[in-house]
Amino acid sequence: MLTRRPLDVVIVGAGMVGAACAYYTSRSGLSVAVVDRGPVAGGTTGTGEGNLLVSDKVPGPELELALLSASLWRQLSEELPKGIEYELKGGVVVAASENSLAALTATADAQRAAGVEAYHVTSDRLRDIEPHLAPDLSGGCHYPQDAQVQPALAAAELLSAATRAGALVRPGEEVAGILRDGKGAVRGVRTARGELHAPVVVNAAGTWGGDLAALAGVNLPVLPRRGFVLVTEPLPRLIRHKVYAAEYVADVSSGSAALQTSPVVEGTPAGPVLIGASRERVGFDRTLSVAVISRLAAGAAALFPALADVRVMRAYHGFRPYLPDHLPAIGPDPRVPGLFHACGHEGAGIGLAPATGLLIADAIRGERPALDLGPFAPDRFDATCHVT
Amino acid sequence: MPNSNDEPGTRETGRVELAVVGAGPAGLAAAVTAADHGLDVVLLDAAAAPGGQYYRSPAEGLGATRPGALHHDWPTFTELSARLAAHRDTGTIRHLTGHQVWTVERTGDGDWILHAVTGADEEVRTAVRARRMLLATGAHERQLPFPGWTLPGVVGAAGAQAMLKSGLVLLGSRIVVAGSGPLLQAVALSLTRAGARVPALVEAAGYGAYARAPRVLAANPGKAAEGARFAAELAGARVRVLSHRAVTEVHGDERVEAVTVSRVDRRWRPVPGTGRRIACDALAVGHGLMPQLDLAVAAGCGTRPGPDGTHAVTLDEQLRTTVPGVWAAGESGGIGGVELALCEGELAALSVVREIRGGVRGREARRAVALRRSRRRLRAFADLMGAVHRPGPGWREWLTDGTEVCRCEEVGAGRIRTACEELGAGDTRTVKLLTRAGMGWCQGRTCGFAVRELAAAHGGGQEPGGPDRRPLACPVKLSTLADLSGPG
Ligand SMILES: Cc1cc2nc3c(=O)[nH]c(=O)nc-3n(C[C@H](O)[C@H](O)[C@H](O)COP(=O)(O)OP(=O)(O)OC[C@H]3O[C@@H](n4cnc5c(N)ncnc54)[C@H](O)[C@@H]3O)c2cc1C
Ligand SMILES: Cc1cc2nc3c(=O)[nH]c(=O)nc-3n(C[C@H](O)[C@H](O)[C@H](O)COP(=O)(O)OP(=O)(O)OC[C@H]3O[C@@H](n4cnc5c(N)ncnc54)[C@H](O)[C@@H]3O)c2cc1C
Repeated sequence: MLTRRPLDVVIVGAGMVGAACAYYTSRSGLSVAVVDRGPVAGGTTGTGEGNLLVSDKVPGPELELALLSASLWRQLSEELPKGIEYELKGGVVVAASENSLAALTATADAQRAAGVEAYHVTSDRLRDIEPHLAPDLSGGCHYPQDAQVQPALAAAELLSAATRAGALVRPGEEVAGILRDGKGAVRGVRTARGELHAPVVVNAAGTWGGDLAALAGVNLPVLPRRGFVLVTEPLPRLIRHKVYAAEYVADVSSGSAALQTSPVVEGTPAGPVLIGASRERVGFDRTLSVAVISRLAAGAAALFPALADVRVMRAYHGFRPYLPDHLPAIGPDPRVPGLFHACGHEGAGIGLAPATGLLIADAIRGERPALDLGPFAPDRFDATCHVT
Repeated sequence: MPNSNDEPGTRETGRVELAVVGAGPAGLAAAVTAADHGLDVVLLDAAAAPGGQYYRSPAEGLGATRPGALHHDWPTFTELSARLAAHRDTGTIRHLTGHQVWTVERTGDGDWILHAVTGADEEVRTAVRARRMLLATGAHERQLPFPGWTLPGVVGAAGAQAMLKSGLVLLGSRIVVAGSGPLLQAVALSLTRAGARVPALVEAAGYGAYARAPRVLAANPGKAAEGARFAAELAGARVRVLSHRAVTEVHGDERVEAVTVSRVDRRWRPVPGTGRRIACDALAVGHGLMPQLDLAVAAGCGTRPGPDGTHAVTLDEQLRTTVPGVWAAGESGGIGGVELALCEGELAALSVVREIRGGVRGREARRAVALRRSRRRLRAFADLMGAVHRPGPGWREWLTDGTEVCRCEEVGAGRIRTACEELGAGDTRTVKLLTRAGMGWCQGRTCGFAVRELAAAHGGGQEPGGPDRRPLACPVKLSTLADLSGPG
């Protein structure tokens, strides 16, 4: 029998965010265990797309997180096996009307001031960089920092690297309780298979992060925001960038529960084209919505008329972990000593995972985090929400 | 004309009382029974002619004169077809041939909308609105990979049979039939009748295993007699039946030249040193059938694992699924053969009638009781058959790391094992995400069973997961989907 060092950290959740937390904490010398009730990447990480975007974020704390992550992803792409399909492919945002072009240009100006690379593309040049785009668009913007990974592989490889650094990964084990000492501080978790003791527990339970917080007696209002994705038959490289309509940015930041769809189209190294993105808050409803996927299809065919005759092979959906102000919860929970949160990244958890992992590792080690954690404070909803 | 598709565009039908998907034995029996009782029915099937897998007719123009020669109960089909034609004439049944249902959805008021595509280039969309839905979508063949199975000349056993029934050419002149299950006997006989030489029928299980359930056998004397008849006919056709054996390798450069047949133990593990080469120019191989569940799963119906290792729709005695307003019959509810499919189709229709009318009259009630009794008896036999021929865990030892498991995406067995042992996968979905196995054109219909078994073996005891979800039952053109969101 191997005798192990006592654990410093238990991470709940083996999705992209939990994997990144495991990677940075274990490589900083902490003794770490990751538990997940399902397989690796079995939650939202396995049901999303892998865009690592700065283009869809307006200046503010999320953009700072995204920029930090973008540089970390570049490092990770050197350290991890090529199989994670990292591609610095760049994003192209297009506007179909003069009005939306004006809005896009204003956003790009502000982003540039915040450190984003953004280049205006006139309507006559759009097809030089993306040849199959519809001819009648008003113009667009090119964002070379936007990149892509295959999320499930990236999460699995991060966990595998964490394992090599000594982390213990335990899939198929549900956390049913959070253990507390007499003073209320965390001392581990209770799972179906027993207890795991550690002075720090990280909530990386994604869309289910609210339930995990509740196990520790605190409120964190994470809600599911459903999204559908269409996958086409494999095609020769037709689409070079991540391409989406300017309206997408407004949809992303909408607080409404109602359905929003704006076309997001991209090729993948394996050939299929992925078409997103819908957003609606309908709980965990798993039934296919024909209305939603037909709107996605119509949007994609409008951007790329050449796709009209292409066959859609499958449709899938996932539930983004949504917090009401569209910002994740990252950092220590002042209400429960030893409890840290790393969840609620909504539609950007793949992109934002490395920065989250790094910030969590720094915070656990008591080092000054690279970014101000204030805007991500896990207790920021307490003034308006109450545990029910 | 029941279905003349001259102009492209969308067609919507008015709301009907019952939509039946699948015009195989189960769906056909269901549709005509429901129509006999006065329900208005839409019957949809992807094929050009009714009959499903079993009563498959030759395509017109191929000059086949006696389609019944390959079926022992063709009169049953002729009778069902005649009733179907009569109901079509009166308009009680609208029969939409060549219509592939790609998804089903429930409306706010509890109706079902069945979305189908049809036409040579699938340019016509149809949406059928129905109060109730009966799924009789049948099954497809279960495949297990082994070294060489991707070589030209290796075909599915059911596929070989289907080619024969459709009047197509033989795939070879010396054909080994292999795998497991009673289908193989029928296939071997059909091939010899069509003029091929079948040097061996290679069965991985042993027929003796049936004797372990004498009560079930005694209740199904017809099945035992059928088995004896098959054995005699195979002997007459000089087909050697090799049980407890499996094709563990296929040889040939461009196409099949020979196969290696090895002895396997009770768990289907090849016994070293028992391999023997048999020369042949084709191999027809199959390991039974798997229920086609895409529409049922899309509708939210519960499923259960069966003794044959496949998942099937969960049904009650009335053939109701777990979703109100949805029934299923035939192989959707578990593999069981044509007799069971006919029985369940009729029973399911009577159950629908009963629910709509709030009861059935004396004669129908008695008929339903008799059908339920037959069903129990036939299901017991089907369960026995499923257990006897369920692939033993040792089949995995036929594989080398390089053996392709997913042909569409060219994923080898070694990569699946690495994904499980090194990257933490333990279920089919994660294996798919980490290796692309099952992401290709067939969407895992071919490799799904094998991947599940490999994940279960290498995944450190994780739950391999339920049936695959395929919300789109078939590929659909982007423009077809896009049109649905147009005005109207
Ligand atoms: C359609 C769609 C498209 C998307 N596209 C993108 C994109 O392009 N780019 C991007 O950056 N993001 C995208 N996202 C969002 C991204 O997928 C998520 O933000 C991200 O996957 C969240 O990762 P996570 O690790 O926080 O959560 P998850 O991956 O859900 O992981 C949480 C894990 O916690 C486990 N868990 C929960 N409760 C317990 C418990 N009690 N005990 C044990 N384990 C537990 C779960 O099993 C799960 O595995 C998309 C999402 C969707 C739905
Ligand atoms: C080669 C072979 C030989 C066999 N020999 C025997 C035998 O000797 N004795 C015996 O008892 N049984 C035999 N069987 C089994 C027998 O064929 C089946 O038990 C029987 O056909 C099952 O009937 P079913 O109605 O459930 O399904 P099927 O006959 O499979 O019919 C299903 C129908 O549903 C349609 N369908 C499916 N999905 C869709 C969709 N999404 N949209 C539209 N239509 C759809 C299909 O086109 C098909 O016509 C054999 C099977 C095969 C393949």
